[in-house]
Amino acid sequence: MTDATSAYQQHIGEAAALPENVMLRVNHLVKEFPITRGVFFKKQVGAVQAVSDISFEIRKGETLGLVGESGCGKSTTARCVLRLLEPTGGDVYFRTGEDDHIVNIATADKDTLREIRREMQIVFQDPYASLNPMMTVASIVAEPLVVHDVGTKEERLERVKELLQVVGLSPEHANRYPHEFSGGQRQRIGVARALALNPSFMVLDEPVSALDVSIQAQVLNLMQDLQEELGLTYLFIAHDLSVVRHISDRVAVMYLGKIAELADRDALYEEPMHPYTHALLSAVPIPDPDIEAKRSRILLEGDIPSPANPPSGCRFHTRCPKAQEGVCDVDVPELRELEPDHWVACHFPEVKKVF
Amino acid sequence: MTDIEYNLESEEPELAFEAEGLSVEPITQWDLFSARLRRHRLAMFSALFLGLLVVLVLIAPLLPLHPPTERLLDESGRSLVNIAPRPGLWFGTDELGRDVLSRIIYGGRASLIVGLTAGILVALFGTLVGSLAGYYPGSVDQALMRFTDLWLGLPLLPVAIVVGRILPEIAFLPGWLKQGPFGIALLIGFLSWGSLARIVRAEFLSLREKEFVEAARAAGAADKRIVFRHILPNAMSPIIVTTTLVVGSAIIIEAALSFLGFGVPPPTPTWGGMVSEGGRLAARGFWWELVFSGAALVATVLAINFFGDGLRDALDPTQTIERK
Amino acid sequence: MSEALLKVEDLRTYFATEEGVVRAVDGISFEMRRGERRGVVGESGSGKSVTAMSIMGLIEPPAGDIVTGRIVFDGQNLLELSEDEMQSIRGGRIAMIFQDPMTALNPVYTIGDQLMETIVLHQKVSKAEAREIAIQALRDVQIPNAEHRLNDYPHQFSGGMRQRVMIAMGLSCSPDLLIADEPTTALDVTTQAQIMDLMLHLAEDRGTAVMLITHDLGVVAGFCDTVQVMYAGGIVESGTIDDIYHNPQHPYTWGLLGSMTRLDDATQHRLHSISGAPPSLIKLPEGCRFRPRCQFATDICRQVLPVLRPVGNAGQMAACHRSEELDLKALSVDGEVGAAASEVTS
Repeated sequence: MTDATSAYQQHIGEAAALPENVMLRVNHLVKEFPITRGVFFKKQVGAVQAVSDISFEIRKGETLGLVGESGCGKSTTARCVLRLLEPTGGDVYFRTGEDDHIVNIATADKDTLREIRREMQIVFQDPYASLNPMMTVASIVAEPLVVHDVGTKEERLERVKELLQVVGLSPEHANRYPHEFSGGQRQRIGVARALALNPSFMVLDEPVSALDVSIQAQVLNLMQDLQEELGLTYLFIAHDLSVVRHISDRVAVMYLGKIAELADRDALYEEPMHPYTHALLSAVPIPDPDIEAKRSRILLEGDIPSPANPPSGCRFHTRCPKAQEGVCDVDVPELRELEPDHWVACHFPEVKKVF
Repeated sequence: MTDIEYNLESEEPELAFEAEGLSVEPITQWDLFSARLRRHRLAMFSALFLGLLVVLVLIAPLLPLHPPTERLLDESGRSLVNIAPRPGLWFGTDELGRDVLSRIIYGGRASLIVGLTAGILVALFGTLVGSLAGYYPGSVDQALMRFTDLWLGLPLLPVAIVVGRILPEIAFLPGWLKQGPFGIALLIGFLSWGSLARIVRAEFLSLREKEFVEAARAAGAADKRIVFRHILPNAMSPIIVTTTLVVGSAIIIEAALSFLGFGVPPPTPTWGGMVSEGGRLAARGFWWELVFSGAALVATVLAINFFGDGLRDALDPTQTIERK
Repeated sequence: MSEALLKVEDLRTYFATEEGVVRAVDGISFEMRRGERRGVVGESGSGKSVTAMSIMGLIEPPAGDIVTGRIVFDGQNLLELSEDEMQSIRGGRIAMIFQDPMTALNPVYTIGDQLMETIVLHQKVSKAEAREIAIQALRDVQIPNAEHRLNDYPHQFSGGMRQRVMIAMGLSCSPDLLIADEPTTALDVTTQAQIMDLMLHLAEDRGTAVMLITHDLGVVAGFCDTVQVMYAGGIVESGTIDDIYHNPQHPYTWGLLGSMTRLDDATQHRLHSISGAPPSLIKLPEGCRFRPRCQFATDICRQVLPVLRPVGNAGQMAACHRSEELDLKALSVDGEVGAAASEVTS
């Protein structure tokens, strides 16, 4: 990494000094996907930088919301954090629960990784695709236990029944198949599976995006209850900014593989500083006709550029209403702390209330 | 279902389940499987038919039948050639005076051996190649698929004819391989696995990207578990369907080879050989050998395909079974 | 007040499936004025899209069938028209845009071909004139470089641009009614804002009536004049946006509003969730369809299917037996709902 000592980097420091209250730290994470040509002999002709040198930390017991539009790299980031994808560069430090030591997930070997998987789990977006249709609910929820060789068969079944109750399902449904459940219930099954090994950290990858509004509320309430009861730490990925505000303690906004702004929830929503955050927030409709009638939207020009060929300088400068030639198209803005705990990557930040 | 009072205090999920008409009775996977299979009438009928056929073929020597190669004579010693079906000789006799019924039952042995052996071979080899290629993209995939393409490009019948001609000439091969149904089955099987390999590869490629596979990986599952527990079960239905099609077509290909004179050599009866011989006889007005052997062939191939259909549906848990 | 542009009366659209008859739309009636922007809101399976398909004459027997009802558009019952007559109304006087513009556009023809085809089909113009109209239509939806982009294929456009093309196509024949079925659901939020803004301006300028079908109460609040809320094939409430958002008369509407997260809500209170899930449209519950999930249900709700009737403000309608006695507006959705609810029921 070239700019190894960015301001944010200096702020969060080195792994050895992972503060007591920090659960997970991502340092200079990069993920590239190769672009290949040719049918018989594949040749790499370029790379898409889906995640481009980002750093952030997640504190114990908090929910960090990671928002952005499609293609911004938020899901890729989550998968690199769990090492479901191999990061191209960077480190992911994770504090393991039992002996409180720190592991670099990005470089961990197979066995360490397997052990760590007990402590970090994921809930997926699509409750229809994330459950194996050929397996019963019991075997789905018990899978992490089987994989890690926990308990006898009977003990596992007991645990499955307990977990189903925890997520608000009936233990009697353990013998059923996923297709017999509605979207919301399936998502509960996915949550039960994620809880099976008593993880301390969970990635929630758009867990309610595929659900109807009334069902969304059920699942969001469940996630909040679980966090409270089990002291879980969440990385909550979403494109819906209202949902993120509802559930997060701190929020990071991503644009084209970079973090644009990172702040406490209320600071980010009430006093956003990055022009992209302004546009994003102003675009979200509020279910109240009186408020909507009074709002004026910041409409962005054009579409999100291709991550295969990102703009020079600030990646947002092609659509930014405040971009200045010679600055924004040349210099990459660094993530700077402009207010305590309020980080912005913009050459011309400005507090602006947008709703 | 009972009536349940709803209010905010009782947000109990079981009640919500009841409201959706789902019972909470446990039910085993085997129950579900057999219930689904039983519901498939045609498949059940086909299974019965195939079961009877296999039993019949196996106990053929115990049945009161004339040996399939015996040339029948009447009381006065004249040979019973081209006798139309009549009591005692229910399916008639062929041009050499052999009992068609007996030949069909014994001929079933060869045809079933060819079909099932080729089917098993294709299922194993096609699945193995396809899953390796699909699960390990990159050079493994490239190499295996080019090999498969090459194989798929071979025209089946001409190659079978040539190899069928060469095989008996190779001295060190055991006799059962040179001649007879097993050799034919191996030949057909090794020429037919390509399309299944392609299908399995495509299934694996799409399934390995599914979120439930990712979930298993996130749980720490190893490749072996992911393949055998998550990917393969979900790829079963195309494997079963393709395999049953191969079983049917192997029986027919054997018939074609017999017709061309490259199948199981006479006098061992096979359905294919009987159909081709029956065709010649039918042209002279002796219809029965063609009709009965043809019927046996068609019925068996259809039954195998129907049974495959039923099996696929029964393995698919999304096929709904009414539960109340 | 002039005659309604669109009048739907007791529309019932059923689908025959292996498991039984799906009553996707089951006896709905509503009216739309000229220039009205009406939101049709509901969750998946509420019948909102089937309503649109029925109006467009896109229900294909034998799978689906409009069992009863009248759809009167500008004085004409659309259900009595021949397929040819319907063809000329579809795309001409009533246009429709879909959720996924990629599947609605044919990938092997250029955008220009597809636009001009619609124009030539519905207007008596030459090919050159059609081309001019098409270019203008693309300019109207703010597609830069319209003359050149006419020769591009759908895959060369981004999702947002494709939806603009769909809008251009829909509006190219100056329809009286535009039906937009979840037009922004597949798009990112900043693109959604662009598209909704565009649609609002075009509809206002041209006086086009718009039926906006969506699950998103937020989008409706900024775009529509009136709303109808659908649940399990029926309309449970309708009225002006003001009525619906500030004075809901049906427990479902009320619950839906309470279960939404809001951008401007700084508290992280528990959301009011509606327990359970919508009923199967094959086996609808007796009485009120929302009854199994309704915290206010009583005996009458179990027995009698409530009809849509005037309650609340003038022009507002709701299909609830208990609208008058429940003061939903007074029941805050976060605070003491449980207590308030039991008080009302006792």
